[in-house]
Amino acid sequence: MTSLTHRRGWGFWLQLGFTLLVCALLTVPMAMSMLAGLTANYFVGLKSGLTLHWVEEVWRVYAGTILLSLQIAVACLAVTLVVGVPAAYALARRPGRLARLVEELLMMPVAIPGLATALALIVTYGAVGDLRSSWLFILVGHVLFTLPFMVRAVLAVMLSVDLTTLEEGAASLGAGFIRRFRTIVLPNARSGILAGSLMVLTLSVGEFNLTWLLHTPLTKTLPVGLADSYASLRIEIGSAYTLVFFLMIVPSLILLQGLARHGRPSA
Amino acid sequence: MSACVQHGPGDLPRSAASPRAGRRRMGEPLRLAALLAPAAILFAAFFLLPLVRLIAIGAGGPQGWAAYLTTLADPGHLDSLASTLALSAGVTAVTLAVSTVAGLFLVRHRFPGHALLVALLTFPLAFPGVVIGFMVIMLAGRQGLIGTVTQALTGGKLVFAYSMAGLFLGYVYFSIPRVILTVMAAAEKLDPRLEEAARSLGASPWRVVADVILPALKPALISAGALCFATSMGAFGTAFTLATRINVLPMTIYTEFTLQANIAAAAALSVLLGLITWAALAVARSVAGTSVAAAG
Repeated sequence: MTSLTHRRGWGFWLQLGFTLLVCALLTVPMAMSMLAGLTANYFVGLKSGLTLHWVEEVWRVYAGTILLSLQIAVACLAVTLVVGVPAAYALARRPGRLARLVEELLMMPVAIPGLATALALIVTYGAVGDLRSSWLFILVGHVLFTLPFMVRAVLAVMLSVDLTTLEEGAASLGAGFIRRFRTIVLPNARSGILAGSLMVLTLSVGEFNLTWLLHTPLTKTLPVGLADSYASLRIEIGSAYTLVFFLMIVPSLILLQGLARHGRPSA
Repeated sequence: MSACVQHGPGDLPRSAASPRAGRRRMGEPLRLAALLAPAAILFAAFFLLPLVRLIAIGAGGPQGWAAYLTTLADPGHLDSLASTLALSAGVTAVTLAVSTVAGLFLVRHRFPGHALLVALLTFPLAFPGVVIGFMVIMLAGRQGLIGTVTQALTGGKLVFAYSMAGLFLGYVYFSIPRVILTVMAAAEKLDPRLEEAARSLGASPWRVVADVILPALKPALISAGALCFATSMGAFGTAFTLATRINVLPMTIYTEFTLQANIAAAAALSVLLGLITWAALAVARSVAGTSVAAAG
């Protein structure tokens, strides 16, 4: 592989050009939209000046959606941690056909389109009490969709360390299960729990496929507001709103990339 | 799900050595079952049960299960299904081609700025469909980059964001990061000696790619392609942002449900769509153990 790097013929430059073009396709619209959200008048262009006016406007109109999305994301993280980490542990301690089957089943909400899951939830629980108009209804959808990511991330790390041996050692020294779980299992699965948590937060804040059908006028989340602003408002507001969204998910995306880089050589 | 709870008793004979150890081991399957139970209950109550209900509603009309066939045979629905399948197949082919070239290049060459390029290329991984739709509007919309450039060059403004072509661009945009990641992960595991051997035997670079590298990447490509296909089939946000008139299956389901209030048809089409995406992802899973996460 390294021997190839010395020969930089036209093939190298052609491929580099192509890869840069792909990169431009992905990043140019992002940069454009961020800039548009800070431009006084996008139609006139940058010479109309930069302003935070549109961001303020977004906050004035859509603060509720941003706060609700954060609330749902944090609640979703709490539920997936409490439910997902023990489940991953159980699957890690019993690897076998049954565990594979259970894992496969748990992944289904990712395989089935959110639209279908949302329809199923509405026809089943839409008429139960006040659930339909509560933010908890959206939370249920988000937990279903994000739980597989938490379980996967934690399970992958748990399978890479020999939990059984570590635990047996601790048990022979008299450590009870709660103590072992707290002092051996959780610390060893830390990187998986962190990656899973970041993934859950990012996905929940951006979830639209399920949320669009589950939301009500009183329970609008950030992506629902985004769709709303793209459809009806001027491009500067949509852009400023997208900018706010980017600011919310970028930190966790960068952390995730860092984790993936650190995880690769050792895993 | 509950099957996991039941596999305790079968393990009992293993732990008859000493009474204390026996007690501990006997407790373990129960404990594992208890740890799995919250996830199982949540999943059963909020996913399996609703799904069964959705399937039943699809067959709830006077026609019974035949309603599935009738819904599917509706020319509008068939048309929508066909165009969604064609769109997804096209998106998969283009994404695989683009990402394989870029991914292989990034694995086989190191140069200044390499890490930044990889980071930028994989950055949009978790963007929701609505935001992807807005990116397409930025590129190919009425005030978009492509429109401005074509107007300056030819005088005619090229605007294609609000159509199937815009959706195509959006899904390719959405899929490139995860496919590049999959290709890179697989290419890093390739044995460089195979390539060296082929080269020393006089194979041209193209033959090395065609006969050594691509066959070795095949499982990863099939897996990534299936994932890309499934996401393109079921995604909703991008189509919703670009135009409600785009005739793809998720939009048809949405229209049947909200505008026509035809819940049975929406349910039947959802079940069909779910079967297609689930089958595609089952292919992905069976070919290669893990796949890069999908997002909405």
